[in-house]
Amino acid sequence: MRALAREALALVCAMILIVCARDAAAQRTVTVWHPYRGAEQQAFDQVLQAFERAHPGVSVTTLAVPFDAYAAKLEAAIPRGNGPDLFVDAHERIPSYLARRIITSADTAIARVGSDLEPIALEAVQSGSERYGVPLALKCLALFVDEELWERAGRPSLDSLESIARARAALPPSAYPLVYYASNAYFHSAIVHALGGQLFDPQRGTYAFDGSPAIESLTFVQRLLADRVIPPEVDGASVTPYFRSGRAMTVISGPWLVGELGGGRRYRVVVLPRVRDGGRVMSPFVTVEVAFLASNARAPELANELAAYLASPAAARVRATVGRQVVATQSVWSEPELANDAVLAAFRRAASRGRVMPTHNNMRLSWEPANQAIRRALRDPRATRVAIDQGRRRYEDASRPLPAKRSPLPLQLALGLIALAIALRSVQRARDPDFRAAVKRSMPAYAYVTHAVVIVALLVVLPLVLGATTSLYAGRDGALEYVGGANYWDIITARGGSLFASGTFYAVLLVTVLWTVANLALHVSIGVVLALVLSRPLLKLRAVYRVLLIIPWAVPSYVTALAWKGIFHRQTGAMNAILSSLGVEPISWFAQFSTAFAANVVTNTWLGFPFMMVVTIGALAAIPKDLYEAAEVDGATPWQQFRHITLPLLRPTLLPAVSMGAVWTFNQFNVIFLVSGGEPDGATEILVTEAYRWAFTRQAQYGYAAAYAVLIFGVLVLGTRLLERLTLGKQGGSK
Amino acid sequence: MNTTRKGPFWLEPLSHFVLIVAVAFALYPVLWVISLALDGVQRPVARAIPWPESPSLDNFRAILFARGGGGEWLFVRQLTNSIVISAATALTAIAIATPAAYALARFPDFVGAKGGTKALLATQMFPGVASAVPLYMLLDKLRLLDTRSGLVLVYATTAVPFAIFQLRGAFETIPKDLEEAAMVDGATRFQAFVKVVLPAARPALAVTALFAFMSAWNEFILAATFLSRESAFTLPVALQRHVGEYDAAWGKFAAGSIIVSVPVMALFYALQKNLVGGLTSGGVKG
Repeated sequence: MRALAREALALVCAMILIVCARDAAAQRTVTVWHPYRGAEQQAFDQVLQAFERAHPGVSVTTLAVPFDAYAAKLEAAIPRGNGPDLFVDAHERIPSYLARRIITSADTAIARVGSDLEPIALEAVQSGSERYGVPLALKCLALFVDEELWERAGRPSLDSLESIARARAALPPSAYPLVYYASNAYFHSAIVHALGGQLFDPQRGTYAFDGSPAIESLTFVQRLLADRVIPPEVDGASVTPYFRSGRAMTVISGPWLVGELGGGRRYRVVVLPRVRDGGRVMSPFVTVEVAFLASNARAPELANELAAYLASPAAARVRATVGRQVVATQSVWSEPELANDAVLAAFRRAASRGRVMPTHNNMRLSWEPANQAIRRALRDPRATRVAIDQGRRRYEDASRPLPAKRSPLPLQLALGLIALAIALRSVQRARDPDFRAAVKRSMPAYAYVTHAVVIVALLVVLPLVLGATTSLYAGRDGALEYVGGANYWDIITARGGSLFASGTFYAVLLVTVLWTVANLALHVSIGVVLALVLSRPLLKLRAVYRVLLIIPWAVPSYVTALAWKGIFHRQTGAMNAILSSLGVEPISWFAQFSTAFAANVVTNTWLGFPFMMVVTIGALAAIPKDLYEAAEVDGATPWQQFRHITLPLLRPTLLPAVSMGAVWTFNQFNVIFLVSGGEPDGATEILVTEAYRWAFTRQAQYGYAAAYAVLIFGVLVLGTRLLERLTLGKQGGSK
Repeated sequence: MNTTRKGPFWLEPLSHFVLIVAVAFALYPVLWVISLALDGVQRPVARAIPWPESPSLDNFRAILFARGGGGEWLFVRQLTNSIVISAATALTAIAIATPAAYALARFPDFVGAKGGTKALLATQMFPGVASAVPLYMLLDKLRLLDTRSGLVLVYATTAVPFAIFQLRGAFETIPKDLEEAAMVDGATRFQAFVKVVLPAARPALAVTALFAFMSAWNEFILAATFLSRESAFTLPVALQRHVGEYDAAWGKFAAGSIIVSVPVMALFYALQKNLVGGLTSGGVKG
């Protein structure tokens, strides 16, 4: 009996062990995050499936993260153990990820495949004595040539931009010898490099887009524009339609263009040409796509193994043939399938002539100033030098030395005193019999509000307060140190510069106020006029009109903001199509403040008038009809009725709607960010978008951004107070 | 303006003219998005009249029938997520806001009412740029990260301040006599609130719920930050994936936009009768 029991026990134990062992095997999961789409995603999934097949009991979970949220999501998730084991990103983020301690050394993974990886790619992931991330693929620019146009132009030499420019005469006026995103620093840098300059000095870690190479590169492109070698105002999105419709003999673009071209046109890809005849060749920046090993990984061993597998010849073959990647694994390039792939081979040659994107932390700060300098110089050639100087100033602004660290003691002391005062005051009040009676009377109300108070305090107020507290800290890339009020001081004094220079708090505030006033005026006037028309008793089709007119309110605002941006596009926008059908010259909407601001206002007016219209319709319906009848009996004209009955009775309902609208418009992020994006030169930026830029595009200076947010809050509180006092005064006077 | 029957003869045509111009303005960008979605080309082309160059339904097909890594039908999963999250947000926001708004309307002088209202107003003025990271940490602490409930909680609480203002205004317009009559008949205040006041405030409740629903339906930054499984994504997050750093599949984005917009527009129109009555009774007073 006992033996049986012992045996049974042993059996149970064995079963548990087996189940556990199987569970442990089944539980081996590795999580991968990536930003891929389309063919690249397809290839990546295929590779991961092959990895699963080769490793029974291992499952790979993937997440394709939208590009906008990628970095923020990684930086939030990994330190708290919610992140992936492995993720794919560009090598230039290494210093930032290292500063946040979200990646670990990839030396062991590289040791398995290292000798097979491109040397420049390995160099790119080196930081100090260790290598971070396994290089997967290289991305850079190359020259796409439309065979048909090239033949029509008499097969001109593609050896230099100057020789390409000479094809102008041989091409029809609607076609251009060269099309590329000329106003973008990533594209422009290839020219700067050929002329002996650079955007950024990686050795010294400083901005370098100035001096004679910068001026020479800009005057060169200005001449291409003036000679109609390149079309005006091309952005990243409008290159493809030029090529697809056969209006671009050559195009400078990256590997992503291949996927968009389809089979419509016969083309080939070659390396970038020289700039001048006999001069140096253009040298594009090379970005290395890397598989990063996350710190805090749950399956670090598996992640290591997977990273090595991704770079192995078997995986690289799939990524190259299916995903069209210029893989960093050398041995697959000798295989016939890839060796005969002219497009991929051309990109590989282009990468070998390129220069690896510097990983210095300040490199990422150089883009915005350089972009603005280039755009301004191309718009206005006389301002080339001014534009370059302005770029440098902007860079210095963004890379300002951090304020000195301070002891948080005064703050703690002040907070302690405030807490003490509050405590004393509450004790004092608790003793006051009147107050106790009032609290007792309030008891029934508390039964209704307590839960709301707790939840709102925890999930709305607390995060906001925590966010606001960040404004007392400074640091880049998440390493924050207490600096007291230094952020505020820097913002308010414009760091010693002119207070109303472009980009200062005051200049942006002025634009924001102008923006709010213009929008509210349009919202209210359009809304009220439409409501009055819709409220006419005998109007036909009223319901139809009303339904159609509230459409803008029902569509998600980020969709319509992007639609409006498209409408105002210089080349492909409907607005210019309408103008040109009326015989008016097309307008570069985002090239000067007035039109860019107008484009923003039109978009936001479109979004906001239905709200005011609906509020007004309701308010009109609430006005008693007998008032008008009495007025008519007294012989009042329609205008007098409007002036003395409608307007005064609309005011009480409209005022709260207007003050709410003012707050919303003041903080309207989507429209500014998506329509003008601050163009030109950040002139149409409002305070909220400026705060966003400090937080997300200028090395994550969260403290500075938070100080902006607190100042916005202060301005709004003061502003609404003022508005209230003004309107209350008026109301009192009119009564 | 003159709301009497008479008026000069040109008033009627003028009204229609004004309305038609306004409707054209309101519809133009929408038609543009539709034409882009129906076009096989992924890039916009300059045209004054929004009409697709080569009409096809490919973009819609690509969005509707996308499959995830595990072979699951992503669109249906994400649509379900969006509906569940938005509906739960609307219900939660209403559940939190209604009693609080009632208390503010009926006991306007309770201790803390003034301060509370000011604090609520303040939350509307503080830009949200800075609060995403603290929220992430909070949800992580509450073990609600990467769950629908966590997202619902965040959306609902951000919708609560505006909902309270809306509903307080609505409750203020409901005559006190109604509840007092019920209380004379023996109902408690709570019973009177549930049985008398709430039914009377139905239009405002519907509109407030609609706003909470819409804000949750359209949000994508927090959703993309908090959710870590593709099958858990909401529709706007999935939609955002079509816009990349250097390139964007505009046709697919437009088709996705239309699909995302249709349900919320349908809801909007179903409730639009309430919109007029429900909104005006609200209003924010500090």
